[in-house]
Amino acid sequence: MKNGTLYTVIIFSENTVGLLNQIAIIFTRRQLNIETLSVSPSAIEGIHKFTITTFTDENTISKVVKQIDKRVDILKAYYNTDEDLVHQEIALYKLSTEQFLKISSVETLVRKYDVRVLDINATCVVLEKSGHYAETQALFRELSDTVGVLQFIRSGRIAITKSKVERLSDMLNAMKERLERKHG
Amino acid sequence: MEQNKITGSEALLRTLVAEGVKCVFGYPGGQAIPIYDCLCDYKDRLRHVLVRHEQGATHAAQGYARVSGKIGVTLVTSGPGATNTITGIADAMLDSTPMVVITGQVASPMLGTDAFQEVDMIGIALPITKWAYQVRKAEEVAWAVSRAFYIASSGRPGPVLIDIARDAQVEMVDYVYQPVRFIRSYQPTPEIDAECVAAAAAMINQARKPFALVGQGVILSGAEAVLKTFLEKADIPAATTLLGLSSMPSDYRLNKGMLGMHGNVGPNRKTNECDVLIAIGMRFDDRVTGDLKTYARQAKIIHIDIDLSEIGKNVPVDVPLAGNAKDLLQKLIPLLTLTRRDAWVNAFDADEQEEILKVIQPEIHPASGPLRMGEVVRCVSEASGNKAVLVTDVGQNQMMGVRYFKYSRTRSVVSSGGLGTMGFGLPAAIGAKLGAPDRTVCCFVGDGGLQMTLQELGTIMQERIDVKIILLNNQYLGMVRQWQELFWNRRYSCTEMDNPDFIAIAKAYRMGARKVSERENLDDAIREMFAYDGGYLLEVEVEKSGMVYPMVPAGRSLNDMIVK
Repeated sequence: MKNGTLYTVIIFSENTVGLLNQIAIIFTRRQLNIETLSVSPSAIEGIHKFTITTFTDENTISKVVKQIDKRVDILKAYYNTDEDLVHQEIALYKLSTEQFLKISSVETLVRKYDVRVLDINATCVVLEKSGHYAETQALFRELSDTVGVLQFIRSGRIAITKSKVERLSDMLNAMKERLERKHG
Repeated sequence: MEQNKITGSEALLRTLVAEGVKCVFGYPGGQAIPIYDCLCDYKDRLRHVLVRHEQGATHAAQGYARVSGKIGVTLVTSGPGATNTITGIADAMLDSTPMVVITGQVASPMLGTDAFQEVDMIGIALPITKWAYQVRKAEEVAWAVSRAFYIASSGRPGPVLIDIARDAQVEMVDYVYQPVRFIRSYQPTPEIDAECVAAAAAMINQARKPFALVGQGVILSGAEAVLKTFLEKADIPAATTLLGLSSMPSDYRLNKGMLGMHGNVGPNRKTNECDVLIAIGMRFDDRVTGDLKTYARQAKIIHIDIDLSEIGKNVPVDVPLAGNAKDLLQKLIPLLTLTRRDAWVNAFDADEQEEILKVIQPEIHPASGPLRMGEVVRCVSEASGNKAVLVTDVGQNQMMGVRYFKYSRTRSVVSSGGLGTMGFGLPAAIGAKLGAPDRTVCCFVGDGGLQMTLQELGTIMQERIDVKIILLNNQYLGMVRQWQELFWNRRYSCTEMDNPDFIAIAKAYRMGARKVSERENLDDAIREMFAYDGGYLLEVEVEKSGMVYPMVPAGRSLNDMIVK
């Protein structure tokens, strides 16, 4: 197992060139390995959201997040541990159709793992499973051990905080207040 | 309409003028020729100082910024011109110096092709700038440059890099200048937390032995006068960091000297005796704290800083005070109880007497033997009426310079603190003189550091810069030699130097120059230096094995300070 606790860092940023680089170098300076990374547009147009996971300790992650937060184009950065989050990853599995059909009960497999079949043709089947790392990994192991997996890919984590107040809204309100004060 | 269009290069220069720039330090090259061509038409508004190496341009811009409080501006070409600025940019980042570096870049269709003199300057500069941006269209020039000035000077100041592709320099554009004074993702000054202010005031009012650590934040926020009111109301003794020097006059009753590795005895000892430590615009650098495990463990700590990421970074803090130092001190003052603490303030005297007896007197009034660095520094300081700007290089000359020079007004010290850049002194002195033309600028350098940026003597010659350079020549890389003597069994590996005839070099650059080896000639030589109209090199042959004391060995506790 990796050293330390798994922290999820959530960052809201302007959508400008080079931002990922700016964030990555702050992890690099402290020799933190990025376990997973997911970037996408947020609910607000023009603002992007990064979700990054890394194994470290509270002392280090708090300093890293402050150093990310102070970059000019970063709107807000914060960190959480798993208990504060609802989080999810998505995995795709490519199997040979011939092998797939040899599974004694495809129905049992689909029900047990809550698997979706995305595509099927004469040679290949593509399955999709979303869940925590352990869940997508369990399916990967079972398929590897039985019929073999031709290709496997897992996304970075995406996460939402469990607390009632979304920190994004706090941030936006503060931003709006500052702008209003600035312009009278 | 067509005649209202101007080139991207002219848009750059117009924006520089609009942002209040008077002076640019630079060096031309292939991908900056359009800008340099345009500069011909702006000679009446922008002074361009032609340096001899781009690193010199950045240090000169830093010197200019540090004495004037304005933004230092550097203009260079792409590729090697741009990479030569890296040391100065990193130095400005660590020392929070406002600086805008403008680099030329190959035309945008060539980007990413390894074109001649193309380098990924944004990629290189990102970790050492507050912001780095590549301009590929002339219409972006005014916006990006104005944004650069806002970011460089607001909040915790720092360097910003603007990389301008050649096609953006020559493209025609309708010039629209709107000063950038707000960026939604950037809050330069944190909101002051009134509860924390009240908690800090209560802590100071209950303290018996409060002690203030004064950093550059006081100078950057213009809080020098407010600081005095604050210290006097609660009768708090204070000491400064290297970059906080001159925020209080040297002879001020509550100024107890400098902190850190080669700081004064009292401030270092009292750090581990005080009951409340009030850090004001400083960042607990390891050269100040020594071993953190034994640093001020007995004290409650109040930390004032404008940069949230500094609070709690090195030292656990009891009361965090995020915000501008001047604003926070102003908010604290009315909450403080008027107090006198003579016993505590005077408790520094015994330490000071010990240091005078063991270190200072032997250094500035040696009975015999070769000239010593400290006595040279003190003589120069006194001959300037203690009013000059002190610029230093890095090493023993720096520590002796800041220890023995005296200050009577703020923004009187220009020294490379965080990065410790040898070669900083000479170009920084050029910038300092241009930033404070009415002040005398004294630049102390060693024989090692002087030779790192020696070519800037050419800038002094061409631009007729009146700086007084005092070369403390011990024919060694003295600070490394000192560590080798103390901690590396006197194995003087690669620290002895065979030096050129510095006087002949200075004369070749048409400067005044004189060499002094004897004590009885020192005063006369200093008089001659100050009387000389123009740049002057005073070479002083000093003791080869001179040591800077006191010293807190690197990584050790302040309690392990070697007085002598």
